[in-house]
Amino acid sequence: MSQALLASGRLLAGWRLAVGIAIALFLVLVPRLLPPFQTLQLSYGLIFAIAALGFNLLLGYTGLLSFGHSAFFGVGAYTAALLVKYMGLSSMEAFVLAGALASAVTAALFGAVCVRYTRIFFSILMLALSQVIWSLAFKLFWVTGGTDGLRVPTPTLLGGSVALGAGEDKLVFLTHRYYYYVLALFLVCVGAMWVIVNSPFGKALQAIRDNETRAEFVGVQVRKYRWIALVVSGTFTGLAGTLWVPLNGLTTPDILYWPFSGKIVFFVVLGGFRTFLGPVLGAVVFNYLETYAIGFTVYWQMVLGVVLVLLVLTMPAGLVGTLAPLFARRRRIA
Amino acid sequence: MDTLLTQILNSLFYASILFLIACGLSLVYGVMRIVNMAHGSLYAVGAYVAAWAVGLVASYLHVSLLLVLLLIGAAAAALAGALLEPTLLRPLYQRPEEYQLLMTFGLLLILEDLMRMVWGPYPLTASALSEFFPSISVLGATYPGYNIFVIVVGGAAAVGLWAFIYRTRFGILLRATSQNMRMASALGVDVKRIYVQAFTIGCLMAGLGGAVVMPLSGAVLGMGVDALILAFVVVVIGGLGSLEGALVGALIVGAVRTLGIMYFAEIELAVLYLIAAVVLFLRPAGLFGRA
Repeated sequence: MSQALLASGRLLAGWRLAVGIAIALFLVLVPRLLPPFQTLQLSYGLIFAIAALGFNLLLGYTGLLSFGHSAFFGVGAYTAALLVKYMGLSSMEAFVLAGALASAVTAALFGAVCVRYTRIFFSILMLALSQVIWSLAFKLFWVTGGTDGLRVPTPTLLGGSVALGAGEDKLVFLTHRYYYYVLALFLVCVGAMWVIVNSPFGKALQAIRDNETRAEFVGVQVRKYRWIALVVSGTFTGLAGTLWVPLNGLTTPDILYWPFSGKIVFFVVLGGFRTFLGPVLGAVVFNYLETYAIGFTVYWQMVLGVVLVLLVLTMPAGLVGTLAPLFARRRRIA
Repeated sequence: MDTLLTQILNSLFYASILFLIACGLSLVYGVMRIVNMAHGSLYAVGAYVAAWAVGLVASYLHVSLLLVLLLIGAAAAALAGALLEPTLLRPLYQRPEEYQLLMTFGLLLILEDLMRMVWGPYPLTASALSEFFPSISVLGATYPGYNIFVIVVGGAAAVGLWAFIYRTRFGILLRATSQNMRMASALGVDVKRIYVQAFTIGCLMAGLGGAVVMPLSGAVLGMGVDALILAFVVVVIGGLGSLEGALVGALIVGAVRTLGIMYFAEIELAVLYLIAAVVLFLRPAGLFGRA
């Protein structure tokens, strides 16, 4: 009996590994298999997935719903844009390091105020603080370009060794070299987040989520852990913002405005916040959904709204949370 | 002296509109423990329906009669609330509050586009209404008469709501439900009905706010999303779920906005959000809230 279980467990692990390798192989081959437009969309999806992974460390693992993550995404993006504007930098590594650092500092400051609260108060406080940043980006136009935003030219990668050739199509650069850059960072982020949520620290966060009082009694320093979780979460989301900027070529206050925070929440709920990979799938699917809804109708916001309402009513566990058990059951029967 | 008076009147004017939006948000939270992200959109519905109704009959009726049409905007928002609560929010009361927040965010997305679909991307205006009021001189200061009208409406709404909640039988049931829903239910209060009524009243107030502001600023896409954030600041300062808090919060935010426009226009919004953050930091439940 136990041997059979062990065997099926080994089978399951092997099956998972096979699927993982197949997906990784597909992601590597995407620029050769799919047209540039699709590769570009997938890049956006992977970048949003990094933001969603970070967000879910708070919602799924710590039990805090942030309605202010647009701030971190925006700080990551604006950091790169300001480095271009004021220091004339074009190295992506400089952007990534500075963007991650700036968003981590922002998250640390937000956390100093917010981690005392939970539930709805945490959500609203995060929202209010994120809107401080939005209003600054919006009003201090001599620094941030106001509603016009700031342009970010194509950066150089890997210490300047990979760059856009003279007279080369920008799209080729973005859908090949930059895609691989994003993919590599995405895989690093997935790996890092996997390590974090399975570490003693990650388990402590889950204990806080499930029962704050008990966690406190077991000796978990609840506020400190929440604060660290927020900083890590904000850094991931900020990194996503930095990666997003060269792809978009422009950063505007829209990504700091609170409905963008709602979008990040949407990614995670769509995929399922009780699962590790749900947010990743949710972000990629959401990006396709939004792109095609925008192409299909001017009332794309309504399409997204209807999807969200139906999701909340009928599929609260999200795509992965709803579908994964179905697969698991079928396999057991077979 | 007269500039000071003008500034005070301006603050009261902002505060009136903010109160109309924020009191509904606070009432709904107080009774149902739901933060309604679509609340600003219902404010916009009030503005759009009022502008549409006024535009429909503007050439037949005298301007003073058109003022009555503003109530149609409020009624439309109330109707929307009465339909939304039982269908979309009621199934979620047993679920964690994240889902309620998400549901109302979904509603916000739908309502914003629905307004664009019905009334198009261009603003609707009815400035004849605000121009109908002559400027009034108060103690040497000249002030637009319509703004005074808005202040009066806001004040009347505050008094009316207070009387309704603290001086009627329905108000007692409402407060009982707010304090302890299970106990109220056990004592025979029809909680479902109270919920629908509270939500409807909240939407009615928001719709009224939208309708009275419309002759001045028009009905514009995105007005609800902007208003919601200001209303959040108001209820965060005052305390979620408290009507006194909504009033005091509205007065504070109205005064800061007026000062901000004069002295620190660039960072006016940032200052407001910072005030909200500081209040929450010092008093987590807001000035008048209960934790």
